Amino acid sequence: MAKYSSKEMVLNMGPHHPSTHGVLRFILQTDGEMMVKATPDVGFLHRGLEKIAEKVPWQSFMPYTDRIDYLASVNCNLGYALAVERLAGVEVPERAEYLRVIAAELGRLGSHFIGFGALLLDLGAVTPFVHALRERETFNDLMEMLTGARLTHNYVRIGGVSHDLPEGFLDKCREFVDHLEHEFIPEFNDLISFNSILINRLANVGVITEETAREFTLVGANLRGAGVPFDLRKDEPYSIYDRFEFDVPVGRGKFGQRGDCYDRYWVRVEEVTESCRIIRQAIDGLPGSGETRTRLPKVFKVPEGEAYVRTESPRGELGFYIISDGGKMPYRLKIRTGSFSSITIIEHISQGVMVADLVAIIGSLDVVAPEIDR
Amino acid sequence: MEQYSAAEKIYELFSEKALALGIPEPVLVIAAYAIPCLVVINLIQGAAGMLTYAERKISADIQNRIGANRVGPFGLIQFLADGVKLFLKEDIIPDAADRKLFKLAPYIVLSSTVLAAIVVPFGGSFIVADLNIGLIFIIVVSSLLVVGFLMSGWASNNKWALLGGIRSAAQIISYEIPTALSLLCIVLITGTFSLQETVMSQGLWPWQWFIFHNPFSFVAFFIFFVSALAEMNRTPFDFPEAESELVSGYNVEYSGMRFSIFFIAEYGSIFIISGLAAAVFLGGGNIGLDPYESPLHMQLLMVGVFFAKTVPLCLVIIWVRWSMPRLRIDQMLTMCWKYFIPIAFACLVATAIWLLVFNGNGIFWRMPAP
Repeated sequence: MAKYSSKEMVLNMGPHHPSTHGVLRFILQTDGEMMVKATPDVGFLHRGLEKIAEKVPWQSFMPYTDRIDYLASVNCNLGYALAVERLAGVEVPERAEYLRVIAAELGRLGSHFIGFGALLLDLGAVTPFVHALRERETFNDLMEMLTGARLTHNYVRIGGVSHDLPEGFLDKCREFVDHLEHEFIPEFNDLISFNSILINRLANVGVITEETAREFTLVGANLRGAGVPFDLRKDEPYSIYDRFEFDVPVGRGKFGQRGDCYDRYWVRVEEVTESCRIIRQAIDGLPGSGETRTRLPKVFKVPEGEAYVRTESPRGELGFYIISDGGKMPYRLKIRTGSFSSITIIEHISQGVMVADLVAIIGSLDVVAPEIDR
Repeated sequence: MEQYSAAEKIYELFSEKALALGIPEPVLVIAAYAIPCLVVINLIQGAAGMLTYAERKISADIQNRIGANRVGPFGLIQFLADGVKLFLKEDIIPDAADRKLFKLAPYIVLSSTVLAAIVVPFGGSFIVADLNIGLIFIIVVSSLLVVGFLMSGWASNNKWALLGGIRSAAQIISYEIPTALSLLCIVLITGTFSLQETVMSQGLWPWQWFIFHNPFSFVAFFIFFVSALAEMNRTPFDFPEAESELVSGYNVEYSGMRFSIFFIAEYGSIFIISGLAAAVFLGGGNIGLDPYESPLHMQLLMVGVFFAKTVPLCLVIIWVRWSMPRLRIDQMLTMCWKYFIPIAFACLVATAIWLLVFNGNGIFWRMPAP
């Protein structure tokens, strides 16, 4: 009689698996439903953005930054613009600063809708995802008004923003923010956040302790979900974030251990409310009129040197490290993104969980594929 | 009591005329048995079609969408268009698949649903066969589903499909037990497995229904309903499919007609399970008259009453699907083995004690005089 040996099954999850958003691939070693190891395989979306940057003028790289994280393109625009402005010493008009903050916080809202919405979709809850998409649709409309584009906004310019406000934008924006804070978020929480099935699925799953989070250099909501109250907007304010009042939501182990998937989910839900507060303050503080863009010379050259600017994008710390040799184009540009550190931790925390939990872990880390590969 | 059979009834009705016309008797017998079969198969398909339409419309309402509205008035015949599309699609069988099993699996799944429909009383004398083992028959044929799912998962030669098949085996076998136990509570009350008799011993008014017979049958109804949800793989228990985990589970390699057969079976079983719940717990089509002796218009009224109870249950199933996330497989099995089965057993024992203490009477329901 033939001898039957039992060995682990190797499963290929992705790159076209419904839960690996974008183009991600995991090589799973499973023992039935139990996971032995999940190895991420990245690089499907590598477009060589950093190399492209060396070949285009400083201003012309702006549209490429949209493609770093297509869910929150304004935030990427902002990071790049701040880095170049620091190195070149360009002043930004007051009104443009406020417009940047409004656009960036709107971008954070839009990104978080997809972030937690897609997590819920992966857990089988389709309706909350569609509700989140409905709000994202309003966000898209607002951004279309403001920038003319619905996905890759390309709004921020070196030294300001591309357009001034269109008429009626502020009212609509305020209405949207009020709707989110007073109608959408309470309804959404009633519908899904406190659903006991969801709590069972997310609580105590994929726990990341404070130390592990630091070891793997997690950033953004994932780091805050692990209990570290670190937000660049608060701790190292850039642009004009020091003028606004807002709280930094931190994972507190709401329904289980601190740093589990539910904490990361809940931090994102709370951040929506905080962004709403910032937008409202920015609308109130917006100067009535003024320049929205500093005039730059026709041939814009950045003095020799290097600069590193990090900003708080929806997926965490987004860093631009630029080196200039005094020419029209960057000598070297390095982008450091939040999803990259999120994906490194998946292999560590996915040992011994079930296949269904891996889906929850990927979703709760809010990994966006193009941001990993750039 | 003699067992009622629709085929025999049809034979009795038409035999004299047909024999006078010179139709040979074997043909007549075959026709008499074929007619109820065709009616049941078409009923399942029609119900499945309408349920897909209802699901699309209701999910659209829940999600602030419009839903199907292109084909026919209000998109009512969208399901026909879908069916035609699926039947015209290329039928792909993967090279590495076990061809025979791969082809057979959908029919086993469908036959499990259609067979269950045989003993469901649709009100009045509209029942294909009133078997004296009706409830047992339903429990048995619904476990055929496992065979079909496992077969499709194995034959696809795809790891995701295999995982889906194994999940469905674990799930359906587990949830069979609470389903059967909760039905047994009612069997204790009526003393029969025949579904038509179960319906006949209830009444038109809600207090005559078995769900309100005693507190334990009330609990048993919910155990039955939730376990039945799990048995037919609906969210929050749709593990064998789980499109975001297992891609599409057992049916991932299926396309075209075979794929649509899985879905006819799935939606058909929603209808059958709702009908079963309505018949056993909610009085079925009973309006206080004898179903076999009443005139035709009263019988049609009974059918109307049956559907008035079945359709809301179907809608509840759809509603649950679009508002719940999915459990995890181990949590679902925990729920079954640690909670549902003990509770169902407790209900069974408690119902027996209740019947002993109160001499077979319910809170409102009175044991008919023998």
